[in-house]
Amino acid sequence: MTINEIDADVLVAGGGPAGAWAAVKAAEAGASVVLADKGYLGTSGATASAGTGVWYVEPRPEAREAAMASREGLGGYLADREWMARVLDQTYANMNELAEVSRYPFPVDDDGRQIRRGLQGPEYMRRMRVRVRRAGVRVLDHSPVTELLADGSGAVAGAAGYRLRDEHPFRVTARAVVLATGGCAFLSKALGCDVNTGDGALFAAEAGAELSGMEFSNAYAIAPAFTSVTKTAFYSFATFYHADGSVLEGAGSQRGRSVIARTLLTEPVLCRIDKATPEEQRAMRLAQPNFFLPFDRQGIDPFTDLFPVTLLAEGTVRGTGGIRITGPDCATTVPGLYAAGDAATRELICGGFTGGGSHNSAWAMSSGTWAGRGAARHAAELGGRATGRPVRALGEAGVRPAGPATGGHAEYVRAVQAEVLPYDKNLLRHADRLVPALDALDRTWRELAGTLRGEGAGLVRARSAAAMTAHARWMYSAALARTETRGMHKRQDLPEQDPSQRRRLVTGGLHEVWTRPETAALAVAS
Amino acid sequence: MIEIVSRERCIACDKCIAVCPTNVFDRGADGIPVLTRQSDCQTCFMCEAYCPVDALFVDPRSHPLPEPPDEADLAAEGLLGSYREQIGWGRGRTPGARLAVGPSLNRSGAPLTS
Ligand SMILES: Cc1cc2nc3c(=O)[nH]c(=O)nc-3n(C[C@H](O)[C@H](O)[C@H](O)COP(=O)(O)OP(=O)(O)OC[C@H]3O[C@@H](n4cnc5c(N)ncnc54)[C@H](O)[C@@H]3O)c2cc1C
Ligand code: SF4
Ligand code: SF4
Repeated sequence: MTINEIDADVLVAGGGPAGAWAAVKAAEAGASVVLADKGYLGTSGATASAGTGVWYVEPRPEAREAAMASREGLGGYLADREWMARVLDQTYANMNELAEVSRYPFPVDDDGRQIRRGLQGPEYMRRMRVRVRRAGVRVLDHSPVTELLADGSGAVAGAAGYRLRDEHPFRVTARAVVLATGGCAFLSKALGCDVNTGDGALFAAEAGAELSGMEFSNAYAIAPAFTSVTKTAFYSFATFYHADGSVLEGAGSQRGRSVIARTLLTEPVLCRIDKATPEEQRAMRLAQPNFFLPFDRQGIDPFTDLFPVTLLAEGTVRGTGGIRITGPDCATTVPGLYAAGDAATRELICGGFTGGGSHNSAWAMSSGTWAGRGAARHAAELGGRATGRPVRALGEAGVRPAGPATGGHAEYVRAVQAEVLPYDKNLLRHADRLVPALDALDRTWRELAGTLRGEGAGLVRARSAAAMTAHARWMYSAALARTETRGMHKRQDLPEQDPSQRRRLVTGGLHEVWTRPETAALAVAS
Repeated sequence: MIEIVSRERCIACDKCIAVCPTNVFDRGADGIPVLTRQSDCQTCFMCEAYCPVDALFVDPRSHPLPEPPDEADLAAEGLLGSYREQIGWGRGRTPGARLAVGPSLNRSGAPLTS
């Protein structure tokens, strides 16, 4: 079998906004860069199909202060002001680059000034593809990374993967790797998220990196029933109803989502977007055309008709947990390994909650920028010393099982979904349900790690199944370790916030999962 | 899910095969893409956005339909190519991004733009 062998200074895994910015900035710093995406740079990932509001705040001290203060409480006071300030600065710069370098067609206000607070997904990512290619980056589409490579010291030295369209494996030896593979939404079919199966976190853990904030992993988004469109902003203009037409009290898009979840466990929930004026209705169509696809294509008028809704799991895509960052350049605990976007923890800027947008996209472009530059610097420092160093592949579950190999990735996916998708396990958390769910996941892991191996494209699916299983175990281990309610992590059995737990939780391990506080409890905000 | 590749409209440009994030399509013997892995479709509508001749239809339901919808009906209802039109892609159109000024979510605040 032919193997594509490529050498580069920096390999970027993932071509959403985080990976695209990382590739551009690494190349601008002088590195030779390869970007490999599971799908297609420009259409793949949550941003490309969804679009995002962006945390773009003018550099006026009062405006910045208000922006930072607005979410600290919701996030459970786990964010860090210094990181927030850096992200606000970097996001401002990148959005302005989008206008000036990529000529993104921002809308203009009545004074003719561009409004730079949001990005339409297809337009944004199409332009990022052009910019990445102009920067001289070699782009491998339909080329999921399946494992990392390390040198004798354990430093990350590249990655291996599979080219789905040409049907052959590839290997990139690199001086540094940026993981920008997105979060994990467990193949829930939430908009654009099925490529996001938490692969990067698995690769990182196999290399010895740590995760943080994995308890903040229960994002669920409203969608019209049976559809994929998890665009949620306009539900703030909605009223939710029981099937008999009576109002479902307390249900809402932001804070009333658990009411919707509880109700959905036993009966349908209906919705109507009945609080928008005709002018607002027209504006909605311009801002989010994709929001209307399920309605227009099923003959529903969402402003006058009642339609059933569901909640789709978005896991760590709109949660905040991910690979732990150890420095301003988005380094991890493993030399040569950097993380960005949803693959990395976003607790640094929004603690345990992201909810209605903006922070995630700001984090993706900022952390991508820093990780790309950091990786390029690391590569330059290594220089010729890395040439020809012996490397070994780090993958285990799904590629090198402990025992005799069999297939069966689909059953593992179903087993994991049965533990992470139900609202009464993941969203409405309680030790009585988390403990047995984690037991089941541990059993699934042991079996999978012992036997699962896929070949060809099946290797990619097997690794995704392993990644989802590992992700779910980190989530529930951290959820059990945080014996309180904070941010999006809501324990029905422990509904109060406990001041002694105001610190982040670090998680890791594959065969044995562990969790520890990152620091002692942080002082209460002044 | 993706339901229709219009044999009449398709110009066999391979765009959809290239851009589909979940690798649903393969090139058919006659050049018209076939839905080899339809069950992997994530209902993201990206293939529709990129098809230059509006030959694709993605049903908003994220499960396959028992029968694909009728192409002539979809065309009559203006649904073939409607997403591409709404995002303002295609010659002579204004990019949707340029017009994307939505309502403000808290009435007094700034308008939503995505
Ligand atoms: C419906 C929806 C609406 C949202 N709205 C907002 C909003 O308004 N504001 C906001 O701030 N955020 C929003 N978000 C969140 C935001 O989209 C994400 O935070 C953002 O996309 C993260 O960027 P990323 O590059 O890290 O990941 P993604 O955009 O998800 O990209 C990940 C990329 O990695 C690739 N990949 C995955 N595995 C592998 C592998 N093994 N090898 C190679 N490549 C791989 C994927 O193909 C994909 O291209 C929304 C999310 C959703 C789902
Ligand atoms: S809707 Fe998305 S996933 Fe489905 S075929 Fe089109 S591009 Fe592929
Ligand atoms: S993008 Fe449209 S025209 Fe091109 S191959 Fe696909 S269906 Fe045919």
